[in-house]
Amino acid sequence: MTEAPMIRMVSVDKHFGELHVLRDINLEVAAGQVVVVLGPSGSGKSTLCRTINRLEPVDSGTIEVDGQRLPEEGKALAGLRADVGMVFQSFNLFAHKTILQNVTLAPMKVRRTSKADAEKAGIALLERVGIANQRDKYPAQLSGGQQQRAAIARALAMKPKVMLFDEPTSALDPEMVNEVLDVMTTLAKEGMTMLVVTHEMGFARRAANRVVFMSDGEIVEDADPEAFFTAPRSDRAKDFLGKILTH
Amino acid sequence: MDALIAEFPRFVSGFLGTLRLCLFAAIGALLLGTLLAAFRVSPVPPLRWVGTSWVTVFRNSPLVVVLFLFAFGLPQVGVVFPTFGGNAFFWPGVAGLSAYTAAFVCEAVRSGINSVPAGQAEAARAVGLTFQQTLGAVVLPQALRTVVPPLGSVMIAMIKNSAIVGAFGVTGELFSVDGALTAAGYSALSSLGGVAIAYLAITIPAGIGLGWLERKIEVKR
Ligand SMILES: Nc1ncnc2c1ncn2[C@@H]1O[C@H](COP(=O)(O)OP(=O)(O)O)[C@@H](O)[C@H]1O
Ligand SMILES: [Mg+2]
Repeated sequence: MTEAPMIRMVSVDKHFGELHVLRDINLEVAAGQVVVVLGPSGSGKSTLCRTINRLEPVDSGTIEVDGQRLPEEGKALAGLRADVGMVFQSFNLFAHKTILQNVTLAPMKVRRTSKADAEKAGIALLERVGIANQRDKYPAQLSGGQQQRAAIARALAMKPKVMLFDEPTSALDPEMVNEVLDVMTTLAKEGMTMLVVTHEMGFARRAANRVVFMSDGEIVEDADPEAFFTAPRSDRAKDFLGKILTH
Repeated sequence: MDALIAEFPRFVSGFLGTLRLCLFAAIGALLLGTLLAAFRVSPVPPLRWVGTSWVTVFRNSPLVVVLFLFAFGLPQVGVVFPTFGGNAFFWPGVAGLSAYTAAFVCEAVRSGINSVPAGQAEAARAVGLTFQQTLGAVVLPQALRTVVPPLGSVMIAMIKNSAIVGAFGVTGELFSVDGALTAAGYSALSSLGGVAIAYLAITIPAGIGLGWLERKIEVKR
């Protein structure tokens, strides 16, 4: 029996009204793989990311996570989302909860973990991302880099099978980008399956198995990172790389 | 004024009657209104429809008509309310006032829900919380801060509206004291003045209590 890919998207299409945001998307991510998604603003990267845990429903096509088709809205979908970690550009930490409470909320509510166990695991995770000493503060009291690391810890607390990152460093001041990328690189090395929307080429080269280039809702290239950055095949990718390299 | 002093025990019992009526109605309106607000933001279309219809109907109907409906209309279709201390109008009054006020509570809670950034609910759903858990653990606690002031106005309006329930036949509450005193020969000015003061004795402390609650929520973060 061959193992099912962790993420499988087959002929996925989606519109926002008139706008065709995803056009016939076919994408597989094997367990343990790290895939970086890049492309111009508005090309549909966030939407792609968000369809995988059905924060955005699709018009047609199928999406499977670990061999299971995405359920319709309801309890089963919540169960699937618990297995898919997501990290947002704007962190989205729960503003009324402390950092530790952010990390323990879902394990206690969804997995029915006891408070003591959830806190023990939560503190260990916060140590891993280097912010255990901030555990009793509220999100607004932390720097952007610290907030994003807390958000990663919150997602990891559910022991997800796969992690989705949507431009996790785009909202950060430059000096905080690396502390977040370091956590992500370690996660990748440890074998986590990851789909990462980012323009950080250093990360893509260091940690990614593949680079997927999107433009106008289509996957235009799906290549090895080194090959993609040194010799992109399509004109659209060449054009895009020219822009992000020159500024 | 002389009525207030001479008939003080009557005022006290009317005061307590109004408090009791308002307490039941407030509990009903807050629970029902919050539930309706949850319906209005739910992903299930029939629930949204129920929430929207309720608000449209009750917010746009005169309270007197709603009360007539609960007191006389519902019994005709088989909904019979129990009596309360021998008074047949107490529970229909509480139910009508709750149903009416719930529409306003719903809109206050819903605008509070909308004031919470969408990313909060998205993050909650993304970690696997159900719709109810997302609302209960993440969205509503954050909505509370913006909801308390408008909810306070709704509650004070409800206390004043409870006089209509009294005018209607729920004896033993404040407004009905006026009728009793006028019948006993006091001037309307004197007895109504007493009634007005007694209402202020409820609504002003309620306002002060709400201000305190607002400040308490404000510092708790
Ligand atoms: N909820 C939405 N409603 C309507 N249009 C949307 C919505 N979300 C995104 N879009 C549009 O879809 C296109 C793709 O958006 P997005 O997936 O965010 O692109 P990217 O992440 O690559 O910048 C954009 O043109 C954007 O304006
Ligand atoms: Mg985006």
